Amino acid sequence: MRSRSRDPGVLLVPAFALLAVLFVLPLAWFFVGVFAEADGIADLADWFAIVLTSRAVVTAMITTNWISLLVTAITLLVGYPIAYYLATHTGWRFALVLFCIIVPYFTSVIVRTYSWMVLLGRNGIINQALQSAGLIDAPLALLYNKAGVLVGMTYVLMPYMILTLYAAMRGIDPSLTRAAYGLGAGRIYTFWRIYFPLSLHGVVSGSLIVFILAIGFFITPALMGGPGDVMIAMLIERAVEITLDWMSAAIMALVLLAVTLVLYAFYYRFTDVRRMMGA
Amino acid sequence: MSRVSDAPAASRETLGAEPDGADARGAISLRRITKRYGDERVVDAVSLEIRPGEFFSLLGPSGSGKTTTLMMIAGFADLEEGQILIDGTDIAAEPPQRRGFGMVFQNYAIFPHLNVFENVAFPLRARRVTGLEIERRVRDALALVRLERFGERFARQLSGGQQQRVAIARAIVFQPKVVLMDEPLGALDKNLRYEMQVEIKDIQRRLGMTVVYVTHDQEEAMNMSDRIGIMNHGRVDQVGPPTQIYERPVSTFIARFLGEANLLSGELREVCDGVATIALPGGVTLRAVAPKPLAAGTPVSLFVRPERIALAETAGPPASALNRAAGRIRRMSFLGNILRYVVDVSGAEITVDVQNAGSRRLAEGDAVALAWAVADSLALEG
Amino acid sequence: MDRPRELGLASYIAVACLVLIAPIAIVCVLAFSGEGYLRFPPESFSLRWFSAFFGDGRWRQSLWSSFVIALIACAISTVLGFLAAYALVRGEFRAKKVLLSFMLMPLIVPHVITAIAMYFLTARFGLVGNVVWIGFCHAVVTLPIVLLILLSSMQSVDINLERAALSLGGSRLYVFRRIVIPLAFPGILSGALFAFLASFDELIISLFLAGVRAQTLPVRIWNSLHLELEPVIAAVSAFLIAVTGAVLVLDGLIRHLRSSAAAGARG
Repeated sequence: MRSRSRDPGVLLVPAFALLAVLFVLPLAWFFVGVFAEADGIADLADWFAIVLTSRAVVTAMITTNWISLLVTAITLLVGYPIAYYLATHTGWRFALVLFCIIVPYFTSVIVRTYSWMVLLGRNGIINQALQSAGLIDAPLALLYNKAGVLVGMTYVLMPYMILTLYAAMRGIDPSLTRAAYGLGAGRIYTFWRIYFPLSLHGVVSGSLIVFILAIGFFITPALMGGPGDVMIAMLIERAVEITLDWMSAAIMALVLLAVTLVLYAFYYRFTDVRRMMGA
Repeated sequence: MSRVSDAPAASRETLGAEPDGADARGAISLRRITKRYGDERVVDAVSLEIRPGEFFSLLGPSGSGKTTTLMMIAGFADLEEGQILIDGTDIAAEPPQRRGFGMVFQNYAIFPHLNVFENVAFPLRARRVTGLEIERRVRDALALVRLERFGERFARQLSGGQQQRVAIARAIVFQPKVVLMDEPLGALDKNLRYEMQVEIKDIQRRLGMTVVYVTHDQEEAMNMSDRIGIMNHGRVDQVGPPTQIYERPVSTFIARFLGEANLLSGELREVCDGVATIALPGGVTLRAVAPKPLAAGTPVSLFVRPERIALAETAGPPASALNRAAGRIRRMSFLGNILRYVVDVSGAEITVDVQNAGSRRLAEGDAVALAWAVADSLALEG
Repeated sequence: MDRPRELGLASYIAVACLVLIAPIAIVCVLAFSGEGYLRFPPESFSLRWFSAFFGDGRWRQSLWSSFVIALIACAISTVLGFLAAYALVRGEFRAKKVLLSFMLMPLIVPHVITAIAMYFLTARFGLVGNVVWIGFCHAVVTLPIVLLILLSSMQSVDINLERAALSLGGSRLYVFRRIVIPLAFPGILSGALFAFLASFDELIISLFLAGVRAQTLPVRIWNSLHLELEPVIAAVSAFLIAVTGAVLVLDGLIRHLRSSAAAGARG
């Protein structure tokens, strides 16, 4: 008992109080409050069945998963060499590349989305450039479609992938690859047999974090997507703001929350949460 | 009871160290203190009586529980069982800041944002000592560690040895009766370490405080300590002055841990008048002092230090006080001041150290005769 | 021998970096455009969009709301985050990882869900548009950021410094004031900067809670983007980018000061 009072663990209390009152309580209140509107469990189950099998929700769930998978794959493929470059270079090259990742990373999502809208719009800078170069006659439709969403989300989520990969690669002892060369292995063989397997946990945790963030994404798809690119988070927002259909919103939110938390549990098992967000 | 009391020599040493006198300053007694991490007992019912003004070292391999024991005395590790008494008063309920011990750490723990003067003044300011008094006492403490003119410097501007001097000045400036040191010289190179050993010992003698010193370096412990406690697996295996521990180890572990030792395994034949007769597997029979009664047939090790064995080319006449054996040189190592021979005696390897005093060197394969006093041999269990 | 391969990687990196930084750079250039619509490169330069931004009372009101909310969120999350980080680094209790991963959840749970739940509560109590309340709500999502930054910076503070200070007779509070806070200060400052930035840039929670009274800059940008890509947005965006830049520069300075002190210690 003497040691209890001395333990700095009590200093967690204020932070927990804040999260309890402004995070856990609102979530619980929201779900309980909305679901209490239903007439009993059977009615609530009906609601779940209706909402989760409705065309709009099914389509949105498919779209969400598909876009999130694509974004995860693209960020991984594009980001891996960049992370590798960061992990294997020092000095001004390292600083310059890091700068190009960090500045967008800490820039507001809405600003980053806006900047791509300026580039991709019908009268946007890319179309202006292509037209004045005489490459195209009519402006290309780059915005308000799936391509636009993919570009925007990939851009916003890229730093998470690169920084997570980099954190894993930084831990790889460079003498291991040198040892492999010394033992007569070629560059490609060394990469696939030594480097890639050692970076694999970065690949998994980077992919998980990007996918988790992608399925809950709202701002970028809402601004850059077309009518066919409605993601689940947008549907939730619309149900609250436009149709005032709280029941549908709560049901979709619960499913999205559950999926997110399950994935987060995997992420938790797999990585050091202290490294989250590439801190 | 801990094994401390199993060793007759150790219990004799602790007699009279009871902190009952009014003049007792800085007597520490640990009574069966225990600390667990999970199921493992990192400190296992350790009992010790440390006398006022004594330089006491806890010596042991890493993971033996010596640092945890020190942290329990300091109050940084919780005491799960047992008692810690300072001059007869139980201090279990006192938080570290009220125990009033000076402390010195391996990595110095100099506050990086305070200069040397402010580091040394820290315990005084924490005790609300007045300005002029602080000035005087910090100067004195810095003079004691020969850093008078370093008051304005910061830790990053000092060498490792200087930082350790600051740590020592800081630990003694408020005249604690007990100073705890956790491997304070571990980060220094060998020559500097020896210099600092002498300096620390000198300061301790002048100020007369009790020092509890944790180290894994046996030479350091032997050089500085009045007494040493050997720790292994969370227990104190033996307590005594350095000479006693070196010459009369109570276990094969201690014999091996402190310096070079021959431990020849064999079978105990008989014990007669405190002298054991031991048969080695190769047929050689040797005698050794038996520190405690053992039954015939027990597997034992005969302990003898390599420097206690005399090497001759021809065997002398048998003598009752001597062990004699014949063998062949298997290896010779040149260690500068010492020539180390490994002699094959009917299959057993015996290491012999000979001073490099210019006598003829023996070569591999030479036949030799070994002789050493029975009194220098111990029969140890196992 | 590896020249071509190294060159291939380097040119890939160069293109990638260009694509990463170009959108932001272009917005900054467009903010200084002298024209009425977005053309790159602009044919003339002016500050007219900045004066449109700062000259408009509604934009100024948004700037003020953003600033006050970010300040509140920053203050709350820095204090609570520091205490929590200290507890997690120094405390001796089980399930630290579970507790930490709980506290990081606001980063993981889709902000739309958090925002709707907060809105549900906020509307009940008639707090929509209350700047102080929004600041508290923002603190929920800025707290994990402070926590992550402080955890990594406090782990490098040697526990023996605190032990030494305690053993030398300093009370818990005295040691906290004289040793713990000064040593953790660079980390605290970093955490505060990024907490401020995160709140300043936050959109979704503000979108639900701001009402019409407390629209922050991101909310107003959001509303404008649904109408038209007017160049004044470029000026506001450039301003937000400048705030990000300022935070990164300040953080870099703090890190530099700390590491040069560390380098001195080795030398």
